Amino acid sequence: MSGNMNITLKVWRQKNSNAKGELAEYKVGDVSPDMSFLEMFDVLNERLVSENNEPIAFDHDCREGICGMCSMFINGRPHGPKEGITTCQLHMRSFKDGDTIVVEPWRAQAFPVIKDLIVDRTAFDRIIAAGGYISVNTGNAQDANNIAISKDNADEAFAAAACIGCGACVAACKNASAMLFVSAKVSQLALLPQGQPEKQTRVLSMVAQMDAEGFGACTNTGACEAECPKGISLKNIARMNREYLGAQLCSEKM
Amino acid sequence: MNWLSKMFSSSIGQKFIMSITGLFLISFLVVHCFLNALIFLNDGGRVFNMGAKFMSTNPVIRIVEIVLFAGLLLHIIRAFILMNLNNKSRPIKYAVTNGKANSKWYSRSMGLLGTLLLLFLIIHLRHFWVPTKIALFSGNEHNSFEELKEIFSNPIFVAIYELGVISLFYHLMHGFQSAFQTLGLNHSKYTPFIQTCGKLYSFIIPFIFALMPLAIFMGFIK
Repeated sequence: MSGNMNITLKVWRQKNSNAKGELAEYKVGDVSPDMSFLEMFDVLNERLVSENNEPIAFDHDCREGICGMCSMFINGRPHGPKEGITTCQLHMRSFKDGDTIVVEPWRAQAFPVIKDLIVDRTAFDRIIAAGGYISVNTGNAQDANNIAISKDNADEAFAAAACIGCGACVAACKNASAMLFVSAKVSQLALLPQGQPEKQTRVLSMVAQMDAEGFGACTNTGACEAECPKGISLKNIARMNREYLGAQLCSEKM
Repeated sequence: MNWLSKMFSSSIGQKFIMSITGLFLISFLVVHCFLNALIFLNDGGRVFNMGAKFMSTNPVIRIVEIVLFAGLLLHIIRAFILMNLNNKSRPIKYAVTNGKANSKWYSRSMGLLGTLLLLFLIIHLRHFWVPTKIALFSGNEHNSFEELKEIFSNPIFVAIYELGVISLFYHLMHGFQSAFQTLGLNHSKYTPFIQTCGKLYSFIIPFIFALMPLAIFMGFIK
């Protein structure tokens, strides 16, 4: 696949987590407007390898917008200029011939850079491990529709569960706050009957872990919701605040 | 009481303090604004001075004043602690950011707007609150209305007050609705109402405040 666009890239290069990084400039020619942003990086990387240079390290996996791995901060916005998509769903037709594009990794204390554009997002895993699950006994699975769930709640829980944990909310937030992510994970279980028994301990533990990881506090700018590729709503943050304050006041846990 | 200190030191707990104290200050501004608006009666400050006297001598108001200062200090100190925490959460900044693509500038600048308001407040308290207190404790008669006219005869002070009011407008434009979101009050039934109220409040109160120095400076209030 080749085309006629010429792009200048300024990409963050950093050898490892301890090294000091810097923006490096690359000219990429013959770019097709139908390439995805990651395919453009593939082309550049093949050239770098053929020239015996170190290719640019970046995260990617499914390349269809559901895994949440691709994590580039493009021209000042997570996942680039379009709304409701991940970087792999961004195409070069969203740019103009001759454009200069600045690509940086997610920036947050809790997301240290591993190499180039790859950051360590295991802080999210530790928040989930702190309480983002339900405990079930082993044994036979019960009948699928044994527990009645209202359509409204099911829809809302599903909308929250659409979060793919990509970290764009943290990247976009001026405070590097993870509240949209954590609130989606709290909400998807708080809205369902299966989530009720551990409702209070869940929100307390997850928020404590979120704070321990070094994410910032929410100032309700709404940047996270605007940049979320899955359209997770700010309502979830309000729900988490309710759940948290309620659990602090009502739970038996001292 | 371990749980209580844990709650108020958590990110959500700290935001809760900002929200409650913010709403309290919003309610105070209503009283402040309407008492000051008595100058528009244009009666040589007679009713205005009665209001000022009541506010500076009534024992209930004295206690409320202490609560007000406590709320104000909590709001300010907690804001600086949160600003520090939030700055530390992103030690290496982006080379390029495009904030206007996803949020309002005043939502992202609450710290800056708040700092401007704090500077304004220091000047404001020095102008009006300190002289009233000095008069109260020395037992002298104090004419707040004459003081108002004297200060707002200076165009520099008029400009400072107008800038303070503009900062207040933007601070409220974000703060009013944000306080409800922090408390967990976000629902399709009443959130649009809260947001409209927030915009109306943010405009009306600072607008009335903005008229006062101008009206006095231009000589409409005698």
